Amino acid sequence: MDFLTLIQVLDSTVRLATPLLLACLAGLFSERAGIFDIGLEGKMLMAAFFSAAIAATTGNVWYGLLAGIASSLALSGLHGLASITFRGNQLISGVAINFLAAGMTVLIAQDWFQQGGRTPSLISGGRFEPITLPFADAIEPVPFIGPIYSELLSGHSILVYLAFLAVPATAWILFGTRFGLRLRAVGENPAAVDTAGVSVVGLRYAAVMICGLLCGIAGAYLATALQAGFVKDMTAGRGFIALAALIFAKWRPWHALGACLLFGLLQAVALRFQNIELGTIVIPVQFMDALPYILTVVILAGFVGKAIPPKAGGEPYVKER
Amino acid sequence: MDKMPKWADVVLIPLISLLLAAVLSALVILGIGEDPVAAVNLMVSGALGSTYGWGYTLYYATNFLFTGLAVSVAFHARLFNIGGEGQAMLGGLGVAIMCLYIDWPHWSLALIFASLGAALFGAAWASIPAYLQAKRGSHIVITTIMFNFIAAAVLNYVLVNLMRPEGSMDPATARFPETVHLPSLHEILAPIGIEFSKAAPANVSFIVALVACVAVWLLIWRTKLGYEIRAYGNSEHGALYAGISPVKITIIAMLISGGLAGMMATNNVMGEAERLVLNSTEGAGFIGIAVALMGRSHPFGVFLAAILFGFLYQGGAELALWTSIPRELIVVIQALVILFTGALDNMVRSPLEKLFLAMRREKA
Repeated sequence: MDFLTLIQVLDSTVRLATPLLLACLAGLFSERAGIFDIGLEGKMLMAAFFSAAIAATTGNVWYGLLAGIASSLALSGLHGLASITFRGNQLISGVAINFLAAGMTVLIAQDWFQQGGRTPSLISGGRFEPITLPFADAIEPVPFIGPIYSELLSGHSILVYLAFLAVPATAWILFGTRFGLRLRAVGENPAAVDTAGVSVVGLRYAAVMICGLLCGIAGAYLATALQAGFVKDMTAGRGFIALAALIFAKWRPWHALGACLLFGLLQAVALRFQNIELGTIVIPVQFMDALPYILTVVILAGFVGKAIPPKAGGEPYVKER
Repeated sequence: MDKMPKWADVVLIPLISLLLAAVLSALVILGIGEDPVAAVNLMVSGALGSTYGWGYTLYYATNFLFTGLAVSVAFHARLFNIGGEGQAMLGGLGVAIMCLYIDWPHWSLALIFASLGAALFGAAWASIPAYLQAKRGSHIVITTIMFNFIAAAVLNYVLVNLMRPEGSMDPATARFPETVHLPSLHEILAPIGIEFSKAAPANVSFIVALVACVAVWLLIWRTKLGYEIRAYGNSEHGALYAGISPVKITIIAMLISGGLAGMMATNNVMGEAERLVLNSTEGAGFIGIAVALMGRSHPFGVFLAAILFGFLYQGGAELALWTSIPRELIVVIQALVILFTGALDNMVRSPLEKLFLAMRREKA
């Protein structure tokens, strides 16, 4: 494999890791606060549709982004209502949200656009365009550094840079602010937080809403930056890969970046090479597709460093009387 | 003392939840500019108005019976098996191997062994998440989700690289031989003088599913193992104190669950397609969740819920055919049913409990 191919694969890794990273951080906020969220997939899908639909009708991608975030927040609100207010089963709520999004997006898309459950292709203005970093053209001829800067680092849409900036931001919010400390505490020992006079319900809703915000951006990125428009089921399991990455990273922000880049790389390699021949052994493309899930099961099994979720995760908090 | 009478818990709450889901579904249909009453009429006539419609309704219901029972058995041990989809895919592989590589003299023999193969493969696929939950504490929901995706990859690999007939481009196995053809309801009912549609795919595995219903009822409420499963599901500590091994119950409940999910393949793979194709399960594993929730994990409830979802599936297909309402409407209804009967259960339950308590106080 020559240098340029390597750069191209890494470039596509960055593109494919972005939605995973946003969704993974989204799940991180929610699960750190003790709310399991297997509805990441559904929220992304809903946001992907509404961002593409509004971007297509208004011609302005920023309105699309806002609509995507709003729709994802609405589903987050539903998840909060079910799992915080009514103390229902968070996993079942997540399953319901995934199906709700899978059905509603196609239903509304068919009603609005009559194109078999997709939105019209987005033209310029309706998409997030690549941003060329300063001096990218000037540095390009320089060997080694040139391609890395102009191909790999430059030329992504603004949401990609935003996603990568969200990692230090998440780390700072969770581990450097009072809000973050309380949020983590509410995922480990909500009774203690309650005793300290801080609202458990309020904190958990805040976490679930941040989760919705990030999932909204992830979905908008899929439909308006990575691709040009919405197609049925376009998230294609990314919400679950993000969930896998979250476990792989053991609920830590910087590790989440690593896990998402790794899973993004697997997707990029599978996309580019199909079956990989290593001398006599051929690695089938299906194995590459399944690898993120296999790795996650191995990590979950605790054979390579045990993944221990936040202690109060999945448990509704019932105030003592 | 119970907060409310048993009939309210078993009948009233599911009915109210179902009603809420139905009202919201009607609003969705209104929202996309269609007439909900006309839609329901079309669904009823399409799914129940002819033996052809019934044939499809019962065919779908057979799938949902197996997956609904699978989720229910796991629920009794307080395990949430989301992996029915993957277990049913692997069950299909078991059926295909039994049907393609062994020469059966008669379909009945083939059905018995195909059922065993399907159950074995489904159970095997559930065994790893079960072991990991029981021994390593890995959350069963996450591992079974992961195993669904791994199952899809495995099936894809097997169909493309191993079981695809020479010269075929289609990722599917060869057709099963004529001898393993399962009798359809038409062929079963014709000798006793009942005219049933020839084209509909409902077949003898519907009867197998009904037998499975009774078997699960016997297992859960009439055997020691069933008692242990329920005890463990109600209180892990209590069960432990009574000498019930959590490891044993977790693994056994998941093996039964996976086996039931796998057996769905006798219907869709052996009974209908008569070969194994990619995505033969068509999400039936997930519908099992809705069916089990609605049926309150009781085989009779599961039976009613499976028939209802079979009706919705066939009715939805008719809607998609004759109106501009896409099939995805059913996915929305399914989501609403899961939401109201599962996640938002307390929304219906708490006000009702208060109501019954108030009524009792007045009487006293």
